[in-house]
Amino acid sequence: MYDHLETAENPESLKRVVIDPVTRVEGHGKVTLLLDEDNHVRQARLHIVEFRGFERFIQGRPYWELPVLVQRLCGICPVSHHLAAAKAIDQVVGVDRLTPAAEKLRRLMHFGQFLQSHALHFFHLATPDLLFGFDSPAGRRNIFAVLKEYPDVGLEGVRMRKYGQEVIRLISGKRIHGSAAIPGGMNKALTVEERDFLLQDIDTVLGWCRNALALIRRVYLANREHHERFGLIRSNFMGLIRDDGAFEIYHGGLRAKDASGRTIFDKLDYRGYTGILREEVRSWSYMKFPYIEALGKENGWYRVGPLARINNCDFIPTPLAEEARQDFLAQGAGGPVHGSLAFHWARMIETLHCAESIRELLHAPELLGTDLVVHGERQPEGVGVIEAPRGTLFHHYQVDENDLVTRANLIVSTTHNNQAMNESIRQVASEYLDGQTITEGLLNHIEVAIRAYDPCLSCATHALGKMPLVIELMDAGGGMLDRLQKRADGTVSR
Amino acid sequence: MAGLLVFGYGNPSRGDDALGPLFLEALQERLASSPGGDIEFLQDFQLQIEHALDLAGRDRVLFVDAHVGCPPPFRFERLVPRRDGSYTTHAVSPQALLEVYRRLNRGEPPPAYLLSIRGERFGLGDALSREAESNLESALRFAEALIRKTTGTGWDSLPSGPDQKYGFSLA
Repeated sequence: MYDHLETAENPESLKRVVIDPVTRVEGHGKVTLLLDEDNHVRQARLHIVEFRGFERFIQGRPYWELPVLVQRLCGICPVSHHLAAAKAIDQVVGVDRLTPAAEKLRRLMHFGQFLQSHALHFFHLATPDLLFGFDSPAGRRNIFAVLKEYPDVGLEGVRMRKYGQEVIRLISGKRIHGSAAIPGGMNKALTVEERDFLLQDIDTVLGWCRNALALIRRVYLANREHHERFGLIRSNFMGLIRDDGAFEIYHGGLRAKDASGRTIFDKLDYRGYTGILREEVRSWSYMKFPYIEALGKENGWYRVGPLARINNCDFIPTPLAEEARQDFLAQGAGGPVHGSLAFHWARMIETLHCAESIRELLHAPELLGTDLVVHGERQPEGVGVIEAPRGTLFHHYQVDENDLVTRANLIVSTTHNNQAMNESIRQVASEYLDGQTITEGLLNHIEVAIRAYDPCLSCATHALGKMPLVIELMDAGGGMLDRLQKRADGTVSR
Repeated sequence: MAGLLVFGYGNPSRGDDALGPLFLEALQERLASSPGGDIEFLQDFQLQIEHALDLAGRDRVLFVDAHVGCPPPFRFERLVPRRDGSYTTHAVSPQALLEVYRRLNRGEPPPAYLLSIRGERFGLGDALSREAESNLESALRFAEALIRKTTGTGWDSLPSGPDQKYGFSLA
C-alpha cells in the first residue's frame, strides 16, 4: 500500500530526518525520513541497527542447556524464549505430549508472562500517548505523568506486572534464570502453599484487567475516527490456533487469514514452517522481512501479535474475554479489524483472558501433580513455536550425535511484523507529516505507530550511559537545517 | 524483610553487562563467612517499574550495574529520585525507579546508592573483559568494606566524584 515510500528515486537530493533511537520501545531501532524541498515525504524506513547474532550464540551448545540459555537473548521476554526452546527440545528428546501437570505449569507460567508483559506495554509505554495526546509535551508523555495524573491506573499497572512476575517466580523458583521447563517436562511441582499464595490475589488482578480493558475501550472510542485511521493498513494475519478454532498461545496449528478474513491456511503443523514462510533480506536493515511464500513478497507479508490473534480465532475460551472479543469485532465492518492502534485494545482483551485462565488453572487439581517428566527417543531436530506476547515465536534446532546444536533458526515476533511496522509508519508519514514543518510532536506520531506493535528490538543489554536521542534535519548538501536533542531528564532543546 | 537490599542487574551473557550479577554472586559469597544477617540480594536482567515495590521497608538500597561511561574502576554515588525520559523500558534508571516509588507510595524512598562498575564490551556471547574483571574486584573490595565498616548515613560521608579512587581507601 505504501511501498512506494520504501525507496526514493533520488535520495541524495532529499532532506533526511532521523529518529534515533525510537523511544518507549524495547531495544534500539531508528527511523529515517527523506523529504523533498516542500517537505513531502519520499521515503520512510524503520531500521534495526544492531545485529543480534542469536543463532551464532546458540550453536555449539548442548541441547539441554537451551531452555535456560535462551532466556538471556532478551531480558524483556525471557519466559517466551524459555518455553519456545523447551518445546523444540521436547521434540529432540522424542516427547510429543507432556504430563498434565507439566503442561499446566508451563501454561500458567506463560499466562503470567503475558500478563506482566502486556501490563508493562500498556501502562508504561502506551498510555502516555493515549491519555495525554500524541503531540502533548514530550516531558509529559511518560509513566511519571500517568502516575501523577491517573494514580489508580498507574498503580494497577505496576501491581499487575508484579503479580505476573510472582507467577513466574513461584513456578521457576526464582525471578530470572529459572529452569522451570526441562526436556520433556518441568523440574518442579507447585506446592499447595504456592498455589494458595497466587489464588489470594487473582480476583483482584482480574478486576484490574477489566479496568484496563474498559479504559482502552473508552479512550479508543472517544476519538474513534482518528484512532481507526491512524496507522491504518490492511494486511494478512498469522498465529497459532487450537484445533477447534479457539484462541491459543501455547500450542496449536498455524492459521493465516487475508485482509478480508478469508483463510489462507489453517491448522498447519508448525514443524513444516519452512514450506510456507520465506524471509527476505534487504540491504538497509538487519531485520529480515518474512512473507507467506504462496502469496509472494509483495502480498505475502502479514501481522502477528494481539490483533492477529483476536482477528484469527473463532472464539476465546474464557467468558469475559470472549464477550470483549465480540464487542471489539463489532466495531469493525464484519471482517478483521485493521487499525494499528487496535493492537492496544486487543492486547487488553488478551490480558483479561490471561487473568481468567490463571484463575482456572489455579483451581485445576492436575496443576499440583508431581509426575512432571516424560522420556522418549532422541531425535536430530526440533521446532518449538509459541505465541509470545508480541506474536508468534519460532525456535528451530538441529542437534548432532554429540548432543551439540549444529544449526539454530529463530524467527522472533517483531521480525514477523517488520513489513507491517514499515507500512504503518509510511501511512502516518503520508497522513500527518507530509508537507508539514517537522516538530517533535509530529515525529512522535511515527513512534506511536511503531509502539502499537510493542516491538522488541532489545538485546537485553542496558549499560548505563547510552541513552541519546538526537533528531537532525539535513539539507540536500548535507548541511544541518535543524537539530533537536532530548536529554536523559526528558527535556528537549534545539 | 532485610534492611539492606543489594540489587545487581545485567545480562550474564552480554560480556561486561554481567558485572551486576557477578558482583552480587561474589559479594554474597564473601559475606557468607561473617553474615550480617540483614541483607537481601536481588538480581534481574534490568530495572523495571515494579521493582519500586521491592524498595519498600528498606533502610538502604544499593544498586549495582555496569557502566560504559564512568571512570574505571567504579563510581559510588547517592541517588536522588528523578523524572528522566527513560527512552526504553529496559533502561529504567535507578533514579527513575526512586521517582516511581515516590509516586506509588506518596512518600520518600529509602536512601539509595548506585555502584557503577566500568565495563568495556557488551556483545552477546562475549566473555567478561580483563578490564572489567579487575574493576569488579576493586568494586567488591570497596563494597565489602562499605557494608562491614559503615552503617546508615555513614555511607553519605564517603568521598565521591569521577576522579576519586576511593574504593581502595576502605579496603
